[in-house]
Amino acid sequence: MQRSNTYVIIFSLILTIILGGLLSLASEGLKPAQKRAEEFATKKQILSAVMEVDPKENILQIFDDRISSIVVDATAELVETDEDGKPIDAAKVDIEKQFKRNPDERLYPVFRFHEKGDPENISAYIFAFYGNGLWDNIWGYIALETDMNTIAGAVLDHKAETPGLGARITEKLVQNRYRGKKIFNEEGELESVNMLKSENNPPSVLDEHNINGMSGATITAKGVNRMLKNYFENYLPFINKIKEEDRKVARLLN
Amino acid sequence: MAETLEKEVIKKPAEALLSKRRKKFVVDPLNDDNPITIQVLGICSALAVTTQLKPTLVMALSVTFVMIFSSLFTSILRNLIPTRVRIIVQLAIIASLVSLVNEVLHAYAFDVYKQLSVFVGLIITNCIVMGRLEAFAMGNKPYDSILDAFGSAMGYSWIIIAVAFFRELLGSGKLFGFAIFESIGWSTFPTNGLMVSPVGAFIILGLIIWVQRAKTGYVEQH
Repeated sequence: MQRSNTYVIIFSLILTIILGGLLSLASEGLKPAQKRAEEFATKKQILSAVMEVDPKENILQIFDDRISSIVVDATAELVETDEDGKPIDAAKVDIEKQFKRNPDERLYPVFRFHEKGDPENISAYIFAFYGNGLWDNIWGYIALETDMNTIAGAVLDHKAETPGLGARITEKLVQNRYRGKKIFNEEGELESVNMLKSENNPPSVLDEHNINGMSGATITAKGVNRMLKNYFENYLPFINKIKEEDRKVARLLN
Repeated sequence: MAETLEKEVIKKPAEALLSKRRKKFVVDPLNDDNPITIQVLGICSALAVTTQLKPTLVMALSVTFVMIFSSLFTSILRNLIPTRVRIIVQLAIIASLVSLVNEVLHAYAFDVYKQLSVFVGLIITNCIVMGRLEAFAMGNKPYDSILDAFGSAMGYSWIIIAVAFFRELLGSGKLFGFAIFESIGWSTFPTNGLMVSPVGAFIILGLIIWVQRAKTGYVEQH
């Protein structure tokens, strides 16, 4: 049926308003649940860097019991309030938003993994990472043991790396290659840990700073390497501060 | 005379809820007129989301939801929709429903939401959905349209679930993330990397089409 132009325009207008209205209603209504889902996923990832997480367990409870978090700036000074003066929750710091800022102006969350009910008995520090992969952003959480040198565990994730190739950074098999590696060399300089090209490197090239990469995903691996190096550098003042404090304690005990 | 005729039409007993004609709407797309294997529509998502069963199931449910409700709304509005802008109206209805699905998944199934990522949004461009609106819902009553949409959605769903079943089983040795071969004591099961890549989906899809056409005797007309 041929309708007049006015009818077509009015019909389209009404349809747009109804559909748009319904969608914004749905979006607003679901926002709290979406925020909760994201927070849950973040906390699960942070915990996965230091322990096996059983999805059946109450992850939020474990997180509250075993993680105490702080936020520091690029000079390792504690940051307690955001720009609006509200208290900052490290788990809610938007790493992507921080990544877009100048490294000196970013906020850096630090998650301290401790025994339940004993916040002083820290067994690992978990840092947040963000960088560029091949197609889009990649991020991760890497835990350092209290010597601030040995990697206790790593979790990596991505937005759009190639499935089966770069996307394999989400696999435990790949992430576990980081475990036990060192980020400082013997001279005490930051060397980070690098993924090499290809999967089957001879043992002679694999050492404390070099691990096997992923076949067919060298650019993603390079992205991960850059991300690690950059962020370890960014966290360096904080790492040094903790080392300094530990040395002081050691001297006192002696 | 005309008046009495009209009355007679109204008095005609209502068609059974699942009459033979209506059953055909649901049953045909499952096999004889399957959207994927016969009409070869919706192949893109059949390749992309079928590496594991869980996201595939969510995808199948999402497509079913979008198809049923877009058919319902289009059918209700069919006499109001101006012919000249009907495609864009159908698109607006589909896109709204897809966005709704996306938001709900984001809130309540975050893991799957991340896995499916763009492919939920791409339901909008799934030819099966729009094809059924244009070919059926625009010219039929709401109930019939729902049955038709349900049939096509099921035709789509069982194929992608079948593909995902074999891809996850042979590619990762798992079903719904459960290590099936390990649990029966075969921990050295050689997983097939080909199955994880889209090529594996093509091969399985081809085998399904082969079996299906061998049974139904369907031959493409040239």
